[in-house]
Amino acid sequence: MNASAFTLGRAVRLSILIFGAAIFLAPYVFMVSTAGKAQSDIFSSSLSLIPQHWSYVANFAKALTRVSMTRLLFNGVAVCALIFVFQVMIAIPCAYAMAKLKFRAARLMMVLVMLGLLVPIHATALPLYVAFDRMAVLNSYFALVAPFTISVFGIFLFLQFFRAIPDDLIHAARLDGMSELGIIGRVIVPNAWPAITAFAIFSVVAHWNDLYWPLIVVSNQTYATPPLGLLYFRAAEAGDDYGALMAATLIITTPLVAAFLLAQKRFVEGITMTGLKG
Amino acid sequence: MTALSLRGIEKSFSGNPILKGVSFDAGPGEFIALVGPSGCGKSTLLRILAGLESADAGEIMLGDRDLSPVPAADRNVAMVFQSYALYPHLTAAQNIAVPMVMRKLTRAQRLPLVGPLMPGQRKAVAAIKRDVREMAVSLKIDHLLDRKPGQMSGGQRQRVALGRAMVRRPSVFLMDEPLSNLDANLRVHARGEIVELHRRAGVPTLYVTHDQAEALSMADRVAVMIGGSLLQLASPQVIYDDPAHVEAARFIGQPRINLFPSQVGADGTLAFGDIRVGLPRETVAAGAPVTIGIRPEFVRVHRTGQQGLPARIDRIEFLGSEIVLYCRLDAIGEPVVAKLSPAEGAGLVAGMPVRLDFSADRLFVFAEEGHRLPSTPVDAAVMRETAHG
Repeated sequence: MNASAFTLGRAVRLSILIFGAAIFLAPYVFMVSTAGKAQSDIFSSSLSLIPQHWSYVANFAKALTRVSMTRLLFNGVAVCALIFVFQVMIAIPCAYAMAKLKFRAARLMMVLVMLGLLVPIHATALPLYVAFDRMAVLNSYFALVAPFTISVFGIFLFLQFFRAIPDDLIHAARLDGMSELGIIGRVIVPNAWPAITAFAIFSVVAHWNDLYWPLIVVSNQTYATPPLGLLYFRAAEAGDDYGALMAATLIITTPLVAAFLLAQKRFVEGITMTGLKG
Repeated sequence: MTALSLRGIEKSFSGNPILKGVSFDAGPGEFIALVGPSGCGKSTLLRILAGLESADAGEIMLGDRDLSPVPAADRNVAMVFQSYALYPHLTAAQNIAVPMVMRKLTRAQRLPLVGPLMPGQRKAVAAIKRDVREMAVSLKIDHLLDRKPGQMSGGQRQRVALGRAMVRRPSVFLMDEPLSNLDANLRVHARGEIVELHRRAGVPTLYVTHDQAEALSMADRVAVMIGGSLLQLASPQVIYDDPAHVEAARFIGQPRINLFPSQVGADGTLAFGDIRVGLPRETVAAGAPVTIGIRPEFVRVHRTGQQGLPARIDRIEFLGSEIVLYCRLDAIGEPVVAKLSPAEGAGLVAGMPVRLDFSADRLFVFAEEGHRLPSTPVDAAVMRETAHG
């Protein structure tokens, strides 16, 4: 970057980008601001970003005391971690087999994966709900995690990545005496970290923010994930207390924002890898 | 005594025959080069031997053990790949250690965290480390042991790949064009090193290459494979001086052998320019089409006189120690390549008329289907006499 090359064109481009960024950031900024306002401030006719009476402490105290925030965050972490671990444990061997082994059902499996990509969770939600109800497993981590353990998106993503791993490397591993599981553990996984990271981002972001599925299978606060907890909080505790609600939202979004800021470079790498690069 | 024996190996990919019944034996400690144009099935044969592909038919015997049902991991066959196929996430030392770790340690001893607690693990690991170091010293890569493949040059990677293949003392050693990713200087240097390593290891080695110079210079015997068949398996000298098939003759030799279409005469002999060769009557009928072959170094170039066939020089290549003449015969328009010493070629220029004549005892005659016909030079004077008598 050369600071002296600050031309008119560059200025125009930057101002467009800043404008765009401001639009996208505005709701979040507004949320941060509202989390610090007292009830009277929020409903005053004048719109200001800086709270007139600083009520951060009061709002956060409310958010932290009225719902079990640690419980929500723990549930969020546990559910996302379980989903991610199972997804990787299933998707990696599956994608390896489809990419590098020759077997008769490979084509059929490819078609099934493609079909799986086309079917959204909303289509299968009702049958799954009925099945879980019959099995009496609603309101459990199992109900939250099980439907997502097989990720066709994950299989597809790893499949693309594994296809680029040279066959000779696999052949060498076989000649060196490794079993197929050994190859996955000793050769594939250590070389697949970029793909695993990218997939982790997609998976964790999607399931941390998911409201739809927890809303269906969880009615007990003990198993509520953060977005569902917010919903309860609004309905039961906060009522019209938007200050406290925004404070709670801020707490819940913080882990993802922090994770993004820490792993910003990886995040962008992961997105670009799954996009254009073959 | 044979150490390795292949019998009637056949393989086809989706209906295309790649190997059409390949059989040969290799002695203990023999270095065999498999040479042929790309797509001739030589790499497939290697992969079948390694157990990475399965043959449609045929058997592989190692000593008196049938290898066909044995999976690749248990064959104790080592292979060096063209791309080296080093594990990119491991250092050179770890790469070389992998085959030892997989064989010398039990499943429990290999486990991360728990492994070092298993009885005997520390001793086994120390033994592996010692072997790796010895191997590295003998390959002169001991200073590279902590580097990853990405931080090494092509030549260094190739040595690490050799080390990984040799460290566990395999019973067969396979190499799939291991030198083709090196630059020309390094390649010639590495040839000698591989031959030396092979001599020390003393196990049958199959070396696949498309470079005939590598095959001829390194191997005890050269196997010429073309179109999925083994055309000839013989010492480099026999391959060159006594080719069994027209394709083998065409593939081996730089510049390429001169080939001319011809026909057997009514008396069962073959006339070519001033020379005449006799062919066994029982194998070829009069009038049968044949191919005549002569290596460029046995083409003699005359600037004057009546000897030989008139031709014209198209192009001259000066290669330092020799001169290659590209000529064209006036009578039939066929190109002829001749190899001369610089002294013989002095003063020759493109466009010059010359006369070409051939050493009759160096002439090869091939039947229409390609196999070699035994031929004997016939003295022209004797011919005339028998015709008169």
